[in-house]
Amino acid sequence: MRGPIITLEGVQKYYGEYHALRGIDAEIGQGEFFSLLGPSGCGKTTLLRAIAGFEDISGGRILLDGRDMDGVPPNRRPTNMVFQSYAIFPHLSVAENVGFGLRKSPMSGAEKKTAVGEALEMVGLGGYGGRAAHALSGGQRQRVALARALILKPKVLLLDEPLSALDKKMREQMQTELRRLQRQVGITFILVTHDQEEALIMSDRIAVMFEGGIAQLAPPQDLYRRPASRKVGEFIGMMNFLPARLIEAGNPSVEVEVPGLGRAILEPDQCPMGTGGEISIGLRPESMTLLFDGQNAERVAQGVVEERTYYGDMTYYDIRLDGAPNIVQVSMRNMPGRRVLDRGDRADLAWDARAMVLFC
Amino acid sequence: MRGLKVYAITYLVFLYAPIILLPLFAFNDGTIIAFPLQGFTVNWFVELARTEALHDATVNSIFIAVTTAILATCFGLFAARAGNRHSFPGKGGILGFVMLPLVLPEIIVAVSLLVAMLQVGLSPSIWTVIAGHVLICTPFSIAILNGSFANMDKSLEEAAVDLGETPVSTFRLVTLPLVMPGIVASLLICFTISLDEFIIAFFLSGNEPTLPVYLWGQLRFPGRLPVIMALGTILVVLSILLLVTAEYFRRRGLRRAGLDDTGGFL
Repeated sequence: MRGPIITLEGVQKYYGEYHALRGIDAEIGQGEFFSLLGPSGCGKTTLLRAIAGFEDISGGRILLDGRDMDGVPPNRRPTNMVFQSYAIFPHLSVAENVGFGLRKSPMSGAEKKTAVGEALEMVGLGGYGGRAAHALSGGQRQRVALARALILKPKVLLLDEPLSALDKKMREQMQTELRRLQRQVGITFILVTHDQEEALIMSDRIAVMFEGGIAQLAPPQDLYRRPASRKVGEFIGMMNFLPARLIEAGNPSVEVEVPGLGRAILEPDQCPMGTGGEISIGLRPESMTLLFDGQNAERVAQGVVEERTYYGDMTYYDIRLDGAPNIVQVSMRNMPGRRVLDRGDRADLAWDARAMVLFC
Repeated sequence: MRGLKVYAITYLVFLYAPIILLPLFAFNDGTIIAFPLQGFTVNWFVELARTEALHDATVNSIFIAVTTAILATCFGLFAARAGNRHSFPGKGGILGFVMLPLVLPEIIVAVSLLVAMLQVGLSPSIWTVIAGHVLICTPFSIAILNGSFANMDKSLEEAAVDLGETPVSTFRLVTLPLVMPGIVASLLICFTISLDEFIIAFFLSGNEPTLPVYLWGQLRFPGRLPVIMALGTILVVLSILLLVTAEYFRRRGLRRAGLDDTGGFL
């Protein structure tokens, strides 16, 4: 990450009594693909619109390229936005839409025409300039909106749930394409999304937001492997949560007892130990393995298959652990020659303490 | 089913038969409005062209209608945009009061306007009629333009600002073209309402009568009836032309905005 292009310092937003943003601090790097991820109503769109200048903030500062944006209207900010509805002007042609922002630029007519052509080429719509905007499909509108925003070479491109209106196939295609485009132009992208998978696929870093605050800000892998709280772990992917008992709190490692699994020595990197109270561990479904016919492992727990869901490439098992009230979910890839267990079958479960996350 | 068909046909006959009588007697060579017809003549149209007072009334009416349409549509445009895009204290109450003339009996509006104007020392004239007509036309304009604004994606204006336009140039480049079909519809409807409005014009026009007020005055002279029929014929033809034009612009607007047709005047 090169120097920050955006610095958020204690950004607050009130709508009357409602506290929409509760002190947001973050630095977003030059050329970074940054995502704001959270459930609806978490404040992610409000934050994006505050950066664009469509919402006045009630406290704190937004610095864009080192400049305080307080009182700067959206038309004078070095940001451009791709709206959720795309906001393609229906009364203009594709080329007029893309060239809309160049109206006041000192470029000559011919230069503008070239720029529009290049922008359309970049998003894969070369030759579409003469079409009427309202005759485009959803995916094409999306591309026009991108070209229209990128033609102004903004310092930051803001994307408000840009893929939510597309069908699954088109969405997956655009995810890769957006990523490619971002690398190509090298502009900072800030993406708002409620789709955790989309955020994981596309982002360099993700800020997970709940109730107007950032719960965790990390690269996708760290976010998935080491969620900072149960809430983040629940929101991103699937995670088993098991109550645990603290045996010995050492430094740097702690020993915990997990009913049904056994003892584990962990090296918590984000849990302030010695706080006492309830602790639990989190374990992803794919970080446990069912053992078949004579396979062996260092740490094995036993249980009964309570439920089984077959997905073709994967099978998900709900397994009730012996000697514990817990049910854990385990996912197994369906390999050739590997059995699929049925409900009621006994299961041996191998687990690894390194994949455990401690919550307290 | 059969009963409904008969009902529908009877209904249409009652609605349109009197209008068909207009051209019939306008070209009838006789001063008495009764069958049998006497023969073909265009005398009544010639006499129409010679009646000076009628010309004045027509000019008054058209001036009033055009001015009213423009003013009411401007007010309607501002009110509809404010109502659709902004929230401010007392919004519900203010918009309610603006829309009130829609349901207020016109006679009450007319009498109270007359009293108020005389109190502040204004004498009845074309301008007082315009004031009254703007009052009753503005709610229609707001209702029409509300629909236009409600159909328009809010992000479109934001997108224009985001792309570097000021609020004023955004209004000109994006808002205005997109609500243009609504503006045209509002102009035409306000023009029509103002043109055939009688009660307010009767109370407030003083010695500058509008066309309906002049016609009402002429009804006292039975000999003038065929001339009125001739005038009526011209008005019917003009109304049809106006409606067709309005519908043409409405459909063209829809096509350009890429919206589905949800039904119009025709």
